[in-house]
Amino acid sequence: MLTAHDVTADALVKLVLHEARLLDARDLEAWNRLYTDDAYYWIPLEHDQPDGIDHTSHMYEDKLLRDLRIERLKSPRAFSQQPPSRCHHLLQTPIVETMDAAANHFVTRTEFHYSEARGDEMLMLVGTAFHHFRVEAGALRFTLKRVNLLNCDAALPSIQLFI
Amino acid sequence: MDRYTGPTEDLKARILALVQPDRMHRDLYISEEIFRLEQEHFFANTWNYVGHGSQIPKPGDYLTVEIAGRPLIVVRQPDGGVKVLMNRCAHKGSRLVSQACGNTGKFFRCPYHAWTFRTDGSLLNTPVKEGYDGTAMRECESGKGLVVLPHVREYRGFLFAKINDVGPGFEEYFGESLSSIDNMADRSPEGELEIAGGCLRYLHNCNWKMFVENLNDTMHPMVAHESSAGTAVKMWMDKPKDAPKPMAIEQFAPFMSDYQFFDDMGVRVFDNGHSFSGAKFSIHSKYSGVPAYEAAMVAAYGEQRAHDILGLTRHNTVYFPNLTIKGAIQAIRVVKPLAVDKTLIESWTFRLKGAPPELLRRTAMYTRLINSPFSVVGHDDLHAYRGIQEGLRASGNDWVSLHRDFDPAEVGQKDLTVKGLSEISMRNQYRAWARYMTLDM
Repeated sequence: MLTAHDVTADALVKLVLHEARLLDARDLEAWNRLYTDDAYYWIPLEHDQPDGIDHTSHMYEDKLLRDLRIERLKSPRAFSQQPPSRCHHLLQTPIVETMDAAANHFVTRTEFHYSEARGDEMLMLVGTAFHHFRVEAGALRFTLKRVNLLNCDAALPSIQLFI
Repeated sequence: MDRYTGPTEDLKARILALVQPDRMHRDLYISEEIFRLEQEHFFANTWNYVGHGSQIPKPGDYLTVEIAGRPLIVVRQPDGGVKVLMNRCAHKGSRLVSQACGNTGKFFRCPYHAWTFRTDGSLLNTPVKEGYDGTAMRECESGKGLVVLPHVREYRGFLFAKINDVGPGFEEYFGESLSSIDNMADRSPEGELEIAGGCLRYLHNCNWKMFVENLNDTMHPMVAHESSAGTAVKMWMDKPKDAPKPMAIEQFAPFMSDYQFFDDMGVRVFDNGHSFSGAKFSIHSKYSGVPAYEAAMVAAYGEQRAHDILGLTRHNTVYFPNLTIKGAIQAIRVVKPLAVDKTLIESWTFRLKGAPPELLRRTAMYTRLINSPFSVVGHDDLHAYRGIQEGLRASGNDWVSLHRDFDPAEVGQKDLTVKGLSEISMRNQYRAWARYMTLDM
């Protein structure tokens, strides 16, 4: 059984890469299982935004909201998904920022190019993702993913999948 | 494609013919010429929201905005007043400031040739000024300084401006519809609002009218939002009745209310295109209370008045043409037309001064769930608007039907409350559109 003391930098990097692969394959239920039940998926609205509670964000999703988003995408009446969107993550190798086995707390930083295509249109976003991890029930899980967009304060079109 | 050029009288007749009592010509939404004429006439003849006073509290604080395609600076004066200036140097026309907001100090200084202007727009200085001796510069427009908008009004913090002189003054233009702004400000125990929580900027690839119409379109939520709000309801269905509802469920679920609910909500329309739905109650009526907030309201206003303020839970109020507000949730959406098929929607939120932090948290969550470019509700709305933008290119039927619950007697009425499913709010908007589009023709 994996414990916090067994966690290696390589394991952290692999999980981030695996996450991107699940998102790009649109295997969203498997993707959501990488997150703990109390985890948040967060896209701040401003640079250096301190929190997602006293300030609006693009997304600040607990398990309920992630489940809802995933369920909705299965609905035949998710009209904005006719035709469906596809996404692609191009990642730079993640860098380990925090390796604190005693606190069961790990953080990586990953530079990314994200593309989302739908029909003839495609948008591209650039930024830095921070993954926070802990070991839970013998496995590494995300407790927080913070996606800092380079142009988080810009006027943006509909963005329909998880970055 | 020169359908809307030619002699003025002709043009006026052709524009008025686009608006029938119960249906609208598709050119309102898809004609580039009409869009250009709207920028020139309609938006310059109407009162438009330009910002909130709390964004520019100190003298020299400014924000920039574009109304009717014209770049403007909204700036706080040393005496506490607000002036709206054209963001154009009196010299060669350069923009004076290029940021969304800032503080300019005691004067504006052009970044090109260092002409300076006081915050009231008057010309302060030009380098090597003797070069203008004996020229006509000081006597012409350039010598007078920046163009100052003559019609500006701050109402409970909300700043409005009108570019042209034609048309009614502020009070007459908005009339009783201002009670929705009053209610939002009154919801603060101190009677004051403050912009807080950030601004969501969602680019819509559709005409601005699809968005404004939709605010009081009560026939769409249960259809367009079935995949989001309907899914939220389904996910919560098997929970026990008394299980505490997460705020997200509380905010999503009412979108799935049935036709009867929205019909009973009622809609009230005013002269000049303004309206609100939720004359009696709304999808915001059943949010859980925040006891500390209610106590602060009672302490500030007394039991009865606090109850009256909080009991007024209107849905969207449209201040035609460019501002829509939700008093009960302290959120506003500002409509910025960019092209015939391109509109920026900016969503802002407010802190109720003197209220506990839970209120802004609720507001921030609501606007994120509904107004973000990542919103599952917004995605389906925009898909519908874009669908209209594409669909109206079809031939064989040039008209958009707004017949629902039409009554010929409604035409010309200045204040009317009818059942909520009526399309009267849209008909009312376009009657005002035709009037203000042609007011200076």
